[in-house]
Amino acid sequence: MIRALLLSTLVTLPTTALAERVLSIGGSVTEIIYALGEEDRLVGRDATSTYPAEAAALPDVGYIRQLSPEGVLSVNPDLIVSETGAGPVEAVELLRAAAVPFVEVTDGYTEDAVLRKIRDVAAALDVPDKGEDLAATVSADLDAAEAVAAGVTPQRVLFVLSAAGGRITAAGEGTSAQAIIEMAGGVNALEGIEGYKQVSDEAVTEAAPDVILMMDRTGDHALSDEDLFTHPAIAATPAARTARVVRMDGLLLLGFGPRIGEAVRTLAGALSESAG
Amino acid sequence: MVALADITARRHKDRSHLARWVMLGLAAALASVSVASLFVGATGLSPLALIGDFLAGRPLDLRARVVIVDIRLPRLALGLLVGAALAVSGVVMQGLFRNPLADPGLVGVSAGAGLGAIMAIVLGGLLPPAIGAATGYALVPVAAFVGGWLSVIALYTVATRGGHTSVATMLLAGIALAALVGALSGILIYLADDAQLRTLTFWGLGSLAGATWGKVLAAAPLMLIGIFGAPFLARGLNGLALGEAAARHMGVDVQTLKRLAILLVAAAVGAAVAVSGGIGFVGIVVPHLLRLSTGPDHRYLLINSALLGAVILVLADMIARVVVAPAELPIGIVMAIIGGPFFLWILLRRRGLMEM
Repeated sequence: MIRALLLSTLVTLPTTALAERVLSIGGSVTEIIYALGEEDRLVGRDATSTYPAEAAALPDVGYIRQLSPEGVLSVNPDLIVSETGAGPVEAVELLRAAAVPFVEVTDGYTEDAVLRKIRDVAAALDVPDKGEDLAATVSADLDAAEAVAAGVTPQRVLFVLSAAGGRITAAGEGTSAQAIIEMAGGVNALEGIEGYKQVSDEAVTEAAPDVILMMDRTGDHALSDEDLFTHPAIAATPAARTARVVRMDGLLLLGFGPRIGEAVRTLAGALSESAG
Repeated sequence: MVALADITARRHKDRSHLARWVMLGLAAALASVSVASLFVGATGLSPLALIGDFLAGRPLDLRARVVIVDIRLPRLALGLLVGAALAVSGVVMQGLFRNPLADPGLVGVSAGAGLGAIMAIVLGGLLPPAIGAATGYALVPVAAFVGGWLSVIALYTVATRGGHTSVATMLLAGIALAALVGALSGILIYLADDAQLRTLTFWGLGSLAGATWGKVLAAAPLMLIGIFGAPFLARGLNGLALGEAAARHMGVDVQTLKRLAILLVAAAVGAAVAVSGGIGFVGIVVPHLLRLSTGPDHRYLLINSALLGAVILVLADMIARVVVAPAELPIGIVMAIIGGPFFLWILLRRRGLMEM
């Protein structure tokens, strides 16, 4: 609570001099800084900042919720811009004690939230005009993508986060996956469950998805189509009968950054294509 | 344990001389490791520059001051306290249960503390905002501490009948409680969102990264009670190694000994787990190493374990903070990766001694 109040006052603090050593925490914040063309001012990033590929060359200060205060100070930042939820709180307070300006931008899974995040990041970097330009571009891009998506026949989409060990973890209500599915003209097949949850095989069958949506990754997400469609929970769904699965890059799909329009267009395209 | 004590006693008539030298050596190691830890960190800042500025009366660089005084020093203090508290608690538990595999988890502290922490992380947001604001980030440590104590009290009550505490009942009840606590934790984990799950995972791996002076000052008294109180139990624990009846004949007040031992361990481990999360391993490995090298006499074992536990934890923390800098590894991972194979190696070398 206290932290939220303190942070919100920090956001409104005027930046006295242009920050030249910026630490970006959160994949979408890093994407926005690159999209603003301000990447030369970056001196570090967190573990979730994997796009664009150049960002990987920056020092990685670790996971957003488990920042090490000395690790963050070691890249000597004069501004930290972070997604919601940077922590632990002790680390954030130490950074404030070291007089490093810390700006937390609010996340959200709507067009307005994305545009607000872009403007907030641009304001923190003291380039509000570039922020307005980028917000306008992203907004136009997203509107165009949503117009395309509106033409797609609405389909029931099940987002499968993981099927490790044969147990399916899927996206319920209030998730970033549901938001992007709806923007792309689909319907989240899984109702009555909040958040990303492990769901029973019967619940998956009951959800009766027309399409399975997954992240395009290796590791435990690398499930072959054959394994997916013969999974007992999915075998009885319309998606398995028509063998329809869409795989997309996770950060593009769920990042809610400047590539939101591309994400919606790609997903809507995949949905209509697989609809045949 | 009895067999082990017999064998070692026969092979080495009196190792108290060696134990005293080891104590000196460990104290020296502790001093050097402590100083070294102030020099090691991702920023590469040295405390010497800061001391130089201070002595010369120059204004202190804010960044250097924060890194040395507010980050590295409290981490060092917490590492020393937690390492010593966990190792000493391990010795006390092993003495009490007369089993070299006993660890502080057996009195339910760790499980209860874990449940407390999980409740605070997952359900903390449901508290009225006023309470949330008042507790701030102290909520998780306080909940862990309360959870640890509640489970110890529950176990002690179950195992005590007519003024006699049965350690066997306590052990079995501990298993039942751990299962129950595990189930409750599972329910909360199911309710948790993504962010809370990540927080939980990291809490379970343990870390000294959240060290602040506030935490150190809050947790230090309880850990110090455990560390400095335990050596007073040494004679009683030595007697107990021969069995409860024998100890009673030697004039040891066994029931008082049990009660004190459980209280000390609950205080020390409850506080340690609350501020550093789940750091395993120290409580079993440190006493073992010392028992193998300097014998089972608790008079030396308790003090040496405190010293070695502190040395090992501070060393592990130094590795944790630089090995993937500027990010940081949870210390539990470092302990297990280095300590596991090392411990196996010791066991293989000394296998003869372990035939019980």
